[in-house]
Amino acid sequence: MNALHIQKGSSRKSAYDLKNPLDEMLETHTLTILVDNEAGVLARVIGLFSGRGYNIDSLTVAETDAEGHKSRITIVTTGTPAVIEQIKAQLGLIIPVYEVNDLTVEGPSVEREMALLKVAGSGDKRVEAMRLADIFRVNVVDSTLESFVFEITGTPEKIDAFTDLMRPLGLTDIARTGVAAMARGLG
Amino acid sequence: MSEMTGAKIVIEALKDQGVDTVFGYPGGAVLPIYDELFQQNEIRHILVRHEQGATHAAEGYARSTGKPGVVLVTSGPGATNAVTGMTDALMDSIPMIVLSGQVPTFMIGNDAFQEADTIGITRPCSKHNWLVKDTADLAATIHQAFHVATSGRPGPVLVDIPKDVQFASAKYTPKAKAHKGHYNPQVKGDIDAITQAVIALEKAKRPIIYSGGGVINSGTGASQLLRELVASTNFPITSTLMGLGAYPASGENWLGMLGMHGTYEANNAMHDCDFMLCVGARFDDRITGRTDAFSPNSYKVHIDIDPSSINKIIRVDTAIIGDIGHVLEDILKVWKSRGRKTNSVAVKDWLAEIEGWRNVDCLKYRNSDSIIKPQYALQRLEALTKNHDRYITTEVGQHQMWAAQFLGFEDPNRFMTSGGLGTMGYGLPASVGVQIAHPDALVINVAGDASFLMNMQEMGTAVQYKAPVKQFIMNNERLGMVRQWQQLLHGERYSSTWSEALPDFVKLAEAFGAKGIRVDNPSDLDDAILEMIDHDGPVIMDCLIEKHENCFPMIPSGKAHNEMLMGDDSTEGAIDSSGSVMV
Repeated sequence: MNALHIQKGSSRKSAYDLKNPLDEMLETHTLTILVDNEAGVLARVIGLFSGRGYNIDSLTVAETDAEGHKSRITIVTTGTPAVIEQIKAQLGLIIPVYEVNDLTVEGPSVEREMALLKVAGSGDKRVEAMRLADIFRVNVVDSTLESFVFEITGTPEKIDAFTDLMRPLGLTDIARTGVAAMARGLG
Repeated sequence: MSEMTGAKIVIEALKDQGVDTVFGYPGGAVLPIYDELFQQNEIRHILVRHEQGATHAAEGYARSTGKPGVVLVTSGPGATNAVTGMTDALMDSIPMIVLSGQVPTFMIGNDAFQEADTIGITRPCSKHNWLVKDTADLAATIHQAFHVATSGRPGPVLVDIPKDVQFASAKYTPKAKAHKGHYNPQVKGDIDAITQAVIALEKAKRPIIYSGGGVINSGTGASQLLRELVASTNFPITSTLMGLGAYPASGENWLGMLGMHGTYEANNAMHDCDFMLCVGARFDDRITGRTDAFSPNSYKVHIDIDPSSINKIIRVDTAIIGDIGHVLEDILKVWKSRGRKTNSVAVKDWLAEIEGWRNVDCLKYRNSDSIIKPQYALQRLEALTKNHDRYITTEVGQHQMWAAQFLGFEDPNRFMTSGGLGTMGYGLPASVGVQIAHPDALVINVAGDASFLMNMQEMGTAVQYKAPVKQFIMNNERLGMVRQWQQLLHGERYSSTWSEALPDFVKLAEAFGAKGIRVDNPSDLDDAILEMIDHDGPVIMDCLIEKHENCFPMIPSGKAHNEMLMGDDSTEGAIDSSGSVMV
């Protein structure tokens, strides 16, 4: 369980890296998909990605409207502009999908991700970890004499930066939620 | 309304949807539904011999009638055997409703007898599927399944019904009251895009219409509108395999099929055109050849009901998303209101240029006095059957391409073939499905010896239901198309493409209770075909043909439309290494 090697879904590297990245200019897009919260709907969405060889960089899903039985899936994906267009069109064909929004092209949006980081150590390293946590406005959600569990919320880049700082200070474990995103303003 | 069992609800829902025929095979998990089928007379159940046969029969039924095909199978192997036919229907946009039995809800996940994760297995080969866990939802789910299968781009759907849901009782929800969900694809095209397309059409000097299966799926009205558009613009028209019959083969502007085994005139016109109107086709790799050399100088308009077909393979200049019938109607309306303009002088020159390509006579072949050439067999079949009320199905391979080249289709819904998936074994069960829908028509399955064997058990179905299907086997004792590819790109090493130990097809026919005819001499061919047509019952015709005939013209894989191989060309090194990786 070495945090340094955990890559899937936690970085810009995809779980489904099937295409040659040098083929064409790649773009990263954040898509939000409003779906009926019915059995198997997530399998339909991710089956589309794996079946057609698209990338999933990050995936977040939870019910957002219990009364209306709706869930919102947020997927960060990388592909050529043509592939991104195809992904959106294919998602639109899935029967329980209500709408597909590409936040990357539809105007400004906010992206947030949450992560839990376990940092073990003592002495100077422990003090330094705590000091950096303060700078990043990170919460401590668990503490023993040998370890902290930090809770950090922010952009994926902020989490990447904090993770990099914690590595030499005794990072042992990391759990990331993946990106949740929303358009700014009333749009 | 009083309550009824889930099994009864299934029958009521099918009646409500106007279903008259179900293709199926019983088993433990669908016994309650079969019990209800037994106790009514409105829905006819056709007992196939294998569930794959049921799906292809339903495809034949659907494609020849325009109505959805309905399949009923049991759990586990019943459902997995339906997977090939569902995938075939998905690729070729055939509306199909598969009802599958499932183990009772309380046993799901226990690896029960004949349990399979049918929903998981069929998810990628259906438009949508449903597991019904409550009898109260069953009727509405079946109605929604019909709605999804038949609207937008048609396709297969599956409703998985656990056995306890079939036994339990609930109120029936009639079709009119069932909630259809939010699925409601756009059928009217955007009028700005249509106007843009018409402006390009008016200016076109070297136009071509490239039509596909979407025209046929849209209904006979769409074919009529396509014919009107061709007649009033005088534009040349070609079609994909799936679109044959939408424009008549006897029509003046007809160029024949395009693509890998399409005609010289159609492919050259596609390559050299300056305006392409793609009507309900999807730029499949069998059509485009090398995509970066595909019709390099044309303004492309693409009409498709499926937004994901747009710009998937070929980038187009104008995309119109909508139902072909609606869009063609609007195109004609806009074009007429703008004064019915075309660049008729340039179009005439273009047609003259195409005439030059036509004069190459790309389908010519060397006939023989002693051996039946496959092309000759089909020319005779065409001549002797074209005045009949005729439906053609095919298997997959060389014979399929020859059928597309040498048979003329005058009307839509008359040619049933496995285009996208290329399923050997499609033709015989499809012919049974067509014949069940059209009992008095002449239904011929143009088959190869290898394809025929893949679902030959369905001869039993044909005999049982007195479906007088004619199996026209063009027997070269080879897996002909694979053999052709081995000749062209694997140094004539014919690995496993000899049909060793073929059955005696005449005796096979007799064993099934059908008629068998064998012919191996060109001079006997006409009599044999007439005997086949005249026989009042199913026939297997074993037509022994030239064994090593190749299907030409051919665009070798990885090549462009203007790099076709003709019958008398040298084929040595025709396909380079980059082309040989493609299928």
